[in-house]
Amino acid sequence: MSAAAPLPEPGYNFAYLDEGTKRMIRRAILKAIAIPGYQVPFASREMPMPYGWGTGGVQVTAAVLGRSDVLKVIDQGADDTTNAVSIRRFFGRTAGVATTTHTSEATLIQTRHRIPETPLSEGQILVYQVPIPEPLRFLEPRETETRQLHALAEYGLMHVKLYEDIARHGHIATTYAYPVEVAGRYVMDPSPTPKFDNPKMDGCPALQLFGAGREKRIYAVPPHTRVRSLDFEDHPFRIQSFDRPCALCGAEAVYLDEVVLDDRGGRMFVCSDTDHCEGRRAEGHTGEMAE
Amino acid sequence: MYVAAKGGEAAIDNAHRLLAEMRRGDPAVPDLSVAQIREQMRLLVDRVMTEGSLHDPDLAALALKQARGDVVEAVFLVRAYRTTLPRFGASEPVETGAMTVSRRVSATFKDLPGGQVLGPTFDYTHRLIDFALAAGELPEPAAETEPGPDAGHCPRVTDILGEAGLLEPSPPEAGAPVGDLTREPVDYPADRAVRLQALARGDEGFVLALGYSTQRGYGRTHPFVGEIRYGEVELEMVPEELGFPVPLGRVPMTECQMLNQFRGSGAAPPQFTRGYGLVFGQCERKAMAMALVDRALRAAELGEAVSAPAQDQEFVLAHCDSLQATGFVEHLKLPHYVDFQAELELVRRLRAAHEAAISSAGEPVREAAE
Repeated sequence: MSAAAPLPEPGYNFAYLDEGTKRMIRRAILKAIAIPGYQVPFASREMPMPYGWGTGGVQVTAAVLGRSDVLKVIDQGADDTTNAVSIRRFFGRTAGVATTTHTSEATLIQTRHRIPETPLSEGQILVYQVPIPEPLRFLEPRETETRQLHALAEYGLMHVKLYEDIARHGHIATTYAYPVEVAGRYVMDPSPTPKFDNPKMDGCPALQLFGAGREKRIYAVPPHTRVRSLDFEDHPFRIQSFDRPCALCGAEAVYLDEVVLDDRGGRMFVCSDTDHCEGRRAEGHTGEMAE
Repeated sequence: MYVAAKGGEAAIDNAHRLLAEMRRGDPAVPDLSVAQIREQMRLLVDRVMTEGSLHDPDLAALALKQARGDVVEAVFLVRAYRTTLPRFGASEPVETGAMTVSRRVSATFKDLPGGQVLGPTFDYTHRLIDFALAAGELPEPAAETEPGPDAGHCPRVTDILGEAGLLEPSPPEAGAPVGDLTREPVDYPADRAVRLQALARGDEGFVLALGYSTQRGYGRTHPFVGEIRYGEVELEMVPEELGFPVPLGRVPMTECQMLNQFRGSGAAPPQFTRGYGLVFGQCERKAMAMALVDRALRAAELGEAVSAPAQDQEFVLAHCDSLQATGFVEHLKLPHYVDFQAELELVRRLRAAHEAAISSAGEPVREAAE
């Protein structure tokens, strides 16, 4: 479903930001692409939505968006969550670009917390909204310190944290925002996507851009770049698995949302990626609770 | 039966319509005009302009109306609008020594050139609810006085003290362009100009509490109000094609010069040091708190131990902005289904492992440390 492009909002530049600001952001993006996984400081602007609600992603999208782009916005994997609706509308109003919910039709996808199930292809751009870009932040609160740790590639703190998980729980207890090493150098926060999505970042043919508005950082994973989730030889990285398929489309090996049906313990599990689920149902796949 | 929730668009539209109706309140009560807010809620307008980093009383008043009086929301509207404004240059530094003062008090000298001018202040009012105001009674006209002999000449206390070397001098003009934290991300350690920008834009409540904490021993600085002055200053700019300053207009501002004790060091004799606050309008409380925190943040520069929150620039600068704070706190309202699902799965797995361990051992697992 592609929506026709409405007229852009009068009184504002294409995609809200002025061209000087876009150029500044594009420079940061180019630097980020040149140094995969490195957090590039940028002069983040105040946007008409709150910090923490996707201002970094919105600025990155505004900077790379062209008139012929087809935009998809998802939150929690779904196109119809309120914040995704709000951001899609924002670009509908200020840029007048075409929007879609289909992953394969989109040239630019802005996301919060998920990577689409449909594999991305060359020429697509995936823009992540990032709350805390610094993977070491909760281990070391000071920017002056973490910057040095990155410069020296001193990631012992992170390994100690993962090791302590294993010592305490028998396995690594980080389930989302699971740290990755990019192109064999920088340790990077993949944004709070569940670790289920980490393998999709590795060697991905699409360009992955990360925008953190409040923290004023941009970073990137260029296409076909090695992204390795940190682990240990005797405790290899493992993703979540669900012991049942999607109740609506029967998909397996996808990330599921748990939906509470009643107050007597009734539950069902459905695809978090709504476009993927709808596509499968249109192809005739059904799950146990499909009507 | 669960159907993937649709209708986010309609829900948002309806919420906005309801909000607009609630904002208006009872239609039987006359609509509040922007001019009324600008004239009668002036201190609120001043605060929105200060924290919004934009001097435009009409715009700030409109933002307050649109935000239903929510200050942070109004600051937000002003800042988002500010983003879209072209930047055509920077003004010359304002000369607060030439301010047309409406208020000027010093706590360090009983009398001084230019005199003590109370001006419009709540300071010596008794905080008794004035029911006559509810009845719409008009105030008595303000008293008029002949300007004194030294009117128009109101040198800053810091310039008076500075001459005797009792007070640290103004930092020398570096000549380098001043940083702009709205155009460059803060790079720690940040210099004083950037720190002052952050404090001027910072949330009044947060800066006030930090300033207060320095008075209670968390980074003590022994402050005295050298001077607070409020009035209009001339704003000038040098257009590139002219090469000389031309006036842009007059802006009301409040400046606070805090004088703080300094015992001296091996290299420097004892003298008073300064904390500085400057804000739009009459945000006096904010200017004072800003000056306290500014001085506290200079601890490292002056060779003092950095141990209190108000002395820690990463702590202060990273958390003083109300938009950054409210945005990130309130983002917790957004859906976090997929992360929560990941945690849910983990807790279930941990609980299952715990149960399995208990049933196989027949007794609670012993912690390694026990």
